[in-house]
Amino acid sequence: MAGDTPLLDELEKGPWPSFVKEIKRAAQKNPAANDLLGIVELSYKEKITHWKHGGIVGVTGYGGGVIGRYTDVPEKFPNAEAFHTVRVNHPSGWFYNTSSLRKICDIWEKYGSGLTNMHGSTGDIILLGTKTDNIQPCFNELSNAGFDLGGSGSVLRTPSGCVGPARCEWSCFDTLDLIYDLTQTFQDELHRPRWPYKFKIKASGCPNDCSAAIARADFTIIGAWRDSIRIDQSAVKEYAAKGLDIKTLIVDKCPGNALSWDNAKQVLSVQPDDCLRCMHCINKMTKAIRPGIEKGATILIGGKAPILRGAFLSWVLVPFVKVEPPYTEIKDLLEKIWDWWDENGRNRERVAECIARIGLKEFLKAVDLKPVPQMVYHPRSNPFVFF
Amino acid sequence: MARTDIGPPDYREMLPEVIKNNYGKWRYHEITKPGVMKHVAESGDELYTVRVGSPRLVSIDFLRDICDIADKYCDGHLRFTSRYNIELMTPKKDNVDPIIGAVKKLGLPVGGVGDCISNIVHTQGWIHCHSSATDASGLVKAIMDELDDYFIKFKLHAKLRIAVACCINMCGAVHCSDLAVVGIHTKPPKVDNSRLSAVCEIPSVIASCPTGAIRRHPDKDINGVEVREDRCMYCGNCFTVCPAMPLADSEGDGVAIFVGGKVSNARKPPMFSRLAIPFIKNNPPRWPEVTNVLKKIVEVYAENSRTYERMGEWIERIGWEKFFRLTDIPFTEQHIDDFTFATQTFRTTTQFKW
Repeated sequence: MAGDTPLLDELEKGPWPSFVKEIKRAAQKNPAANDLLGIVELSYKEKITHWKHGGIVGVTGYGGGVIGRYTDVPEKFPNAEAFHTVRVNHPSGWFYNTSSLRKICDIWEKYGSGLTNMHGSTGDIILLGTKTDNIQPCFNELSNAGFDLGGSGSVLRTPSGCVGPARCEWSCFDTLDLIYDLTQTFQDELHRPRWPYKFKIKASGCPNDCSAAIARADFTIIGAWRDSIRIDQSAVKEYAAKGLDIKTLIVDKCPGNALSWDNAKQVLSVQPDDCLRCMHCINKMTKAIRPGIEKGATILIGGKAPILRGAFLSWVLVPFVKVEPPYTEIKDLLEKIWDWWDENGRNRERVAECIARIGLKEFLKAVDLKPVPQMVYHPRSNPFVFF
Repeated sequence: MARTDIGPPDYREMLPEVIKNNYGKWRYHEITKPGVMKHVAESGDELYTVRVGSPRLVSIDFLRDICDIADKYCDGHLRFTSRYNIELMTPKKDNVDPIIGAVKKLGLPVGGVGDCISNIVHTQGWIHCHSSATDASGLVKAIMDELDDYFIKFKLHAKLRIAVACCINMCGAVHCSDLAVVGIHTKPPKVDNSRLSAVCEIPSVIASCPTGAIRRHPDKDINGVEVREDRCMYCGNCFTVCPAMPLADSEGDGVAIFVGGKVSNARKPPMFSRLAIPFIKNNPPRWPEVTNVLKKIVEVYAENSRTYERMGEWIERIGWEKFFRLTDIPFTEQHIDDFTFATQTFRTTTQFKW
């Protein structure tokens, strides 16, 4: 039983919505949620976690998708002794109709604690807290409702992407469709761990990178265009008339010095060769400036958090590629990357660390890509070349 | 047997009518007021989006409440953002204020669009994680209670993205955020050799250490390992591969604060967040030392930055030397990198400020 929770009660106060209220709400219906309150209160008191390390649980035929979790204080909180997480693959762009969402709620009311994360950091629907016996029947009902598990462990983690063409005028390819297609194509890679470590795919439709793909995905797909931005001069004049200081706030902030502003004629011009496609002018003058027409994406590789050799932002691999169904070029590249990494990667070595250890040169050969200057900031400064 | 490998539902089943009709044909958008966007399609169709903050850890009854609003005003559709906000969308302008009224009745904030603080990306913490050095949900709640005004109003020159990770595994990949709070341990693992050989592979444990601090126990009668504590940087990688190496510690655990990262390519390329404060001891339930310093950094940034300047761009312009002075944060030996890419961070020019 949870008993009094004076420390957590403090976090019911204040303007921001409270997760403690949510746990309490679930606890009214569910004893495991009630025991979770007690466990977390104890952590707040003792300033230490009360969850044990791992535990192998899952559903028939899969090697991941469920995170086993047991508390180290089961004698005090028997209802939350096992409190496993079920990762459920979200629909592209995190769009839902309410009947699907209500179905998930009903299934989770029946088999779980009634607590969820909408969503986890990688993008899955996180169903938080169930006991071992409930995992398979819960999955069966989720599957009947049209949902499947996401990735966990050394697998392809659930791919995700930005809102894309569903509600954004800047998307240079169909992020929702690409993510859906890759997820469906690589179900085996997603559900059955066999790699050195995890592998993440994220797609953003433009260089604003709303899905943080460059920082958070081993395989990063960011929308790009090859031709010039499109400028609607009459809309530019409207912005100027409304008082936007185009010279100072748009032209002077252009990192490629590609823009110029003729104040007399009220005309904004671009030198397309100098444009870095950074999005600044487009972001600030949404009605007047748009990406070009020849659209596609830049593919980058290796983004990850610091464990273990340090954090990496993804490195440019393919400066420009058309992104159109059935996405054969991207899928072939992924297969080549996985083959090489699977062969060469050490235990718990992400693909970027593997490339850093063995060399980008070797990696490029393995995945059949030619070196191009866009891959580096500058050439090497030392003469120690292997010929 | 349930069907396996069916993958997620087709996103096309989840899209509202106005989006199906204008998919890929949006012309422009504008932010009409805090938390509200208006998208206009080439067809002339309009779509209004109300962005709503959520605590991420929510009950199914919370989701049902949101579904009720979506059924009433949004043709039974809704979406979530990568930062756990809820987005309620409608083609009808007249629905916007009733939607805002309905979510406010549930106690939820409307905002997070444009030049403001959006919801905090975070991890599980003490709610569900075995390797956490701090709680995540509680820190987020305490921080957003303090900075709520920056979510619901436009008080900044650019967007400001905050992330919380409960250990250096950084499941939320917080390393490119304007402000990042990262749980850290400061004590070496307490090796439990009585069970280590039964639950772990000793060579894997030794190989897991990035600094070579773990070796076979010198006593031949002990089938286990020893940690050379002077080499340990408390990363917890050994604990991830071996439960007999716990390093969580009530007194030794806390958070570090990083600043100035971003992922967008707008103006400057993406940037890593850099260390501002090496360690603040855990002080639940409200971590006042953390919330105070974050508030201070945000206020100094809001006051000194120029139009459209992100945190990292602002710091780059004024220089780190000035950042530390303006924020009254002491610069210590811990700020100087001594890990893999350390030398890249040493200054190789006489250009600096005072």
